[in-house]
Amino acid sequence: MKVEKILLSHGGGGEETLALIKNFFLKYFDNPILGNLEDSAIILNSFSKLAFTIDGFTVKPIFFKGGNIGKIAVTGTINDLVVMGAKPLYLTVGFIIEEGFKIGDLEVILQTMKEEAIKNGVTIVAGDTKIVPKGEVDGIFITTAGIGEILYEGISCKNLVSEDLIILSGSIGEHGACILAEREGIGVEIDLESDCNSLFSLVEPLFESRLEIHAMRDPTRGGLSATLHEWAYASSVVILVEEEKIPVKPQVRAFCEAFGFEPYHLACEGRVVIALPEKEASKALALIRKHPLGREAQIIGKVIKKSSFPQVLLKTLYGTHRILENTSGELFPRIC
Amino acid sequence: MKSLNSLNLIWNNFKDPQRVKFLVKLIKKEIESLGKSLNLMEFCGGHTHVILKYGIDELLKDYVNFVHGPGCPVCVIALERVDLALELAKKPEILLCSYGDLMRVPGSKGHTLVSLRAEGYSIKAVSSSLETLKVAKEFPEKKIIFFAIGFETTAPHTAVLIKEAYKNKIDNLFVISNHILAVKVLDFLLKSEKKPFVEAIIGPGHVSTITGSKIYESIVKEHNIPIVISGFEPLDLLQAIYLIVKQKRENRCEVEVQYTRSVTKEGNPKAQALLEEVFIIRDRFPWRGFGDIPFSAYGINSKYEILDAEKRFPLDISKLEENPHCLCAKVIKGIKKPTDCKLFKKICTPQNPLGPCMVSSEGACLAYFKYKVGNLYV
Ligand code: SF4
Repeated sequence: MKVEKILLSHGGGGEETLALIKNFFLKYFDNPILGNLEDSAIILNSFSKLAFTIDGFTVKPIFFKGGNIGKIAVTGTINDLVVMGAKPLYLTVGFIIEEGFKIGDLEVILQTMKEEAIKNGVTIVAGDTKIVPKGEVDGIFITTAGIGEILYEGISCKNLVSEDLIILSGSIGEHGACILAEREGIGVEIDLESDCNSLFSLVEPLFESRLEIHAMRDPTRGGLSATLHEWAYASSVVILVEEEKIPVKPQVRAFCEAFGFEPYHLACEGRVVIALPEKEASKALALIRKHPLGREAQIIGKVIKKSSFPQVLLKTLYGTHRILENTSGELFPRIC
Repeated sequence: MKSLNSLNLIWNNFKDPQRVKFLVKLIKKEIESLGKSLNLMEFCGGHTHVILKYGIDELLKDYVNFVHGPGCPVCVIALERVDLALELAKKPEILLCSYGDLMRVPGSKGHTLVSLRAEGYSIKAVSSSLETLKVAKEFPEKKIIFFAIGFETTAPHTAVLIKEAYKNKIDNLFVISNHILAVKVLDFLLKSEKKPFVEAIIGPGHVSTITGSKIYESIVKEHNIPIVISGFEPLDLLQAIYLIVKQKRENRCEVEVQYTRSVTKEGNPKAQALLEEVFIIRDRFPWRGFGDIPFSAYGINSKYEILDAEKRFPLDISKLEENPHCLCAKVIKGIKKPTDCKLFKKICTPQNPLGPCMVSSEGACLAYFKYKVGNLYV
């Protein structure tokens, strides 16, 4: 009998569980390490510094324009490794699935994860699945942990100094706008795809170039504004960015106009912000712009001074200055 | 599903930097020929936020001094009314509903609706008056009180709720009206002894959609002060300021409407009829910063008395002192700026607000906190 829906028995640990693992998870993720189906994966110690991270993904809707929860679960963790200067190597994946979830949908998610992993040269080496009764999770939640090898040491949000320039790799807010547009109470048609993408190939040339990089971040939850604030606080500096220089797609701007958001607060899932000394900026910008994901990269601002009152300021299109508000309060639930 | 294409038009028409720069130049030129800078009051808290967000005050520095007005409905709610909401919410049989902005306004003992809710009292934030109908259905064992706040803008929504509840004989839903009248407070402010120096007024956009521009005519005459009703985009405000400056240059003193896409002279007759049917004008009503203002608020008409929570659940709320360090009472009147307050940004922040002006999305203190780059900080 062909199984079409996830059943509670799939999580029982017996026959059905094994069938689910063999017929579906291994079908997509099989490799010599995972295929052993041991309690943990044995990986080679590379005698280098490692980066290690974990992230949970609960995005709603599960399928959105430009991706799905599986894609974001792989790229999200990869990106967390990348912005610490690491080359991602191994992932582990945990699924929490609601009873009744369609197997067909699960397969689409697994396929995307596989493709994204291959594209980035990472191996999924261990996994876990739990099935919970209907209503106890909303469809499917995924957690991924990742290990990467440090290629470039010393990147930190505490490293910003006066005169550093800030580079942004592309237009902001597309992922956030895409997800919010489908939300209950908003529900608009928006001609836009999520920017969800892994960043390794975009920044690898930067690591190789050995240019001096101070900080690097993917502006996910809280958007560009949250990233800049984290930097300002961690490094005790005042950062000034210019509205004119920050790429925002017209659809995102229209969406923000209509619903009272600011693009600076909307999440990106495939953009990177980099702080580096002025002397390195033009070389770095040229390297980033060579990559398809970085064509629209811009220098959007600079660190204006060290200060015990860390702030992020925005020069508006009218030439006036205001505080760029940090994201607070109405946190948008489940954008990643 | 709506299309967003037309929204780019909004941006071009109301935010375009080229047009902004052009208008700013024009206004400055006119003011130069006037020979002196202008003191303008923007009545509406929504306008205050637009001015600070886009730095219109900075663009017109040395030409226009903006005095922030009392048009922030949450800010002007008197402390005793906040206490009333808090006391009602503490009664076990009651579930209190109100708009989100009120939830974090501290009462005289420092409690807020949010802090009471955390203690387990039944309190709900709603985003529309009619949502309370659903709440009433969902919690039949509770007495639901809608604590209604706002100027003429939101009063019609409350009126619709009252009529619906009455018609459908919903017996566990009650309303407290704190709806207040914009012209009355403006008139009272201009008559009061301690008032800011103001030479013209940027009139409220949303309120006027309901009332029409005609209600300001008596004020303009009596106080000899121009009023121009403005929309809420940067270019709206600059156009309104330009119209004011022109009146000054031509020695005119009139009510003018810049926000013609929403406001007419007569206003919205349907909404006005609704207000007249459901509400009566109270003899007096307490306002923060002003004390009692005669004929300045709506109470519920006796026909709908059975829904009037003030009659059903009478409470004696004693008048308590406001936090003496919070300058809200003066900020509301335009006598002080948020930055004059010693607590501003140091102790009083949006996360820990000490007065309503830091809570409300239309409050002046919040606008300064969110947008204003202080000298100290750069
Ligand atoms: S800063 Fe806070 S305490 Fe001071 S006037 Fe404003 S709300 Fe009141």
